[in-house]
Amino acid sequence: MSDKLILSPNLDNADGFFDALARAHDGLEKSSSDALNARLIFLLANHIGDSEVLDTALKAAQVSGHQR
Amino acid sequence: MSKIFDVPLYAYTRSPDQDEAMPIRHPVVIIGAGPVGLATAIDLAQQGIKTVILDDNDRVSFGSRAICFAKRPLEIMDRLGCGERLVERGVQWDTGKVFFDTRQVYEFSLTEEEGHKNPAFINLQQYTFEQVLVERIREMQAEGAPIEIRGRNKVEAIGQHDTHVTLEVDTPEGSYTIEAEWLVACDGANSPTRRMLGLDFDGQVFEDNFLIADVVMKADFPSERWFWFDPPFNRGQSALLHKQPDNVWRIDLQLGRDIDKEREKRPENVMTRLKAMLGDEAEFDLEWVSIYTFQCCRMERFRHGRTLFAGDSAHQVSPFGARGANSGLQDADNIAWKLKLVLDGKASETLMDSYNIERAYAADENILNSTRSTEFITPKSEMSRILRDAVLDLSAHHEFAQPLVNSGRLSVPCTYDGSMLNSADALAAPDLTRPGSPCPDAPLGDDHLLSKLGNAFILLTIDADAPGSFEEDGVTATRLALSVRDDPTLTLKRQYLGDATAGVYLIRPDQHVAARREAFDEPHFRAALRRAIGKE
Repeated sequence: MSDKLILSPNLDNADGFFDALARAHDGLEKSSSDALNARLIFLLANHIGDSEVLDTALKAAQVSGHQR
Repeated sequence: MSKIFDVPLYAYTRSPDQDEAMPIRHPVVIIGAGPVGLATAIDLAQQGIKTVILDDNDRVSFGSRAICFAKRPLEIMDRLGCGERLVERGVQWDTGKVFFDTRQVYEFSLTEEEGHKNPAFINLQQYTFEQVLVERIREMQAEGAPIEIRGRNKVEAIGQHDTHVTLEVDTPEGSYTIEAEWLVACDGANSPTRRMLGLDFDGQVFEDNFLIADVVMKADFPSERWFWFDPPFNRGQSALLHKQPDNVWRIDLQLGRDIDKEREKRPENVMTRLKAMLGDEAEFDLEWVSIYTFQCCRMERFRHGRTLFAGDSAHQVSPFGARGANSGLQDADNIAWKLKLVLDGKASETLMDSYNIERAYAADENILNSTRSTEFITPKSEMSRILRDAVLDLSAHHEFAQPLVNSGRLSVPCTYDGSMLNSADALAAPDLTRPGSPCPDAPLGDDHLLSKLGNAFILLTIDADAPGSFEEDGVTATRLALSVRDDPTLTLKRQYLGDATAGVYLIRPDQHVAARREAFDEPHFRAALRRAIGKE
């Protein structure tokens, strides 16, 4: 796996981001929530840009799910 | 008034071949008088190869079918002597608009490249395209060219041999047998030739149904490609509108997966759908309606002994991207010069394997693009629809999302990277013209570069010395000497030199680059020519 994807803590306001993300979904129907998440993924993906980082992130997300 | 597709353009007439005791052997027989078969025949006959086209019908195709013809195929048609007529008859366009629900989310322009003779795209009914090619054949026949179309000649059986193919042909006056040194099967996606030879055709089949309609109406919509995702008049589905000549409009409406086809095809139901789209007050006539599903498939190999498959018989894509007829015409472009060399004994028949390698590579590129477009347009799962809609919503607000919108990635020519006919790149010039690339056009005063290339090997020198021609194993490359001073727009320099000050290109008869170097170095260019005809 490429080491370009940052997997050590990197958020400058971890609790704040989690809170903001959860609150953005307050009161939304599931369909609107799904759409919001999808838009957010594309915004973040475009910011990253590097397809190697994105591929690694996608794989990391898939693997983390299986380990639950 | 009868429509062109109602008129027999190549009515059955008895061929002397039918009265021969022994089957007559022809150099090339082509099955199918569609765009690909006609183009292949014109190309071969222009080079003096006697060519017979067999078609089970006697007229051009019914319905507009393939309508978008891209720049590269128009350049090929120029080489075949009928590009200008096609452009004159067609509707030129370069703008596409994408709508989501009721909003326009995105507009694109196919950049006009400075100094190219041909437009990015024309829309023209397939029947008109075929009509122009048939007229070109009639013109060539009048000049004595060895080309023949036999209408209502249906191939019923094919026998493959090492040196030829035997064809049993059914006609209104009974059957006869002919032989072909080479057979080119251009008989469409349901290719009877493929079936008779028991050959594979594998890939992905899509389940969504589409209603396709040609509507005759006077409307003042601009000449643009309009694509709708989830419009109010076709909820949850897509729609596409294209302008064709003679007030004919092409409409494609996605209908979804489980539908009653017979019910949907009834004129009253089609009219209801069209009125919802065009408005109650719109006055129009239906010229052609069809319901189709599509697949992205290809044969594993396009050459089977002395039989070559070209166009939809070899590979099929979804209609999004206009990659069907456009890629088929590039197949024809690839086949003709190679067959000429093989028939003249100047190349081994293994040269035809490079047709398979190069055009299968192109087919894979087309299938990949077409499959991705189809998956964007017809999402297979709830989540892929959510992701698709997110892209569309974002594209209305943010530029970054626009390249993600995929309503069809429009046909561009393939660069034959990795082809065995290419020599290693030996010029530090733009990638655009690397070995394997189709030559981009450039203005040369009143003329254009591409009109000086093609039909034979050309040694293009730009501010470089070289002999007037050189011959290798009976094949000649003729010099075309140019200078950046010939092109005040600097298009030639920008495309063929970049930062280099001089360049020498070996260009194939199909206008693809075979080799390039900084200077004419005889042993290298002799080797490159041998390689380009499959001898290295």
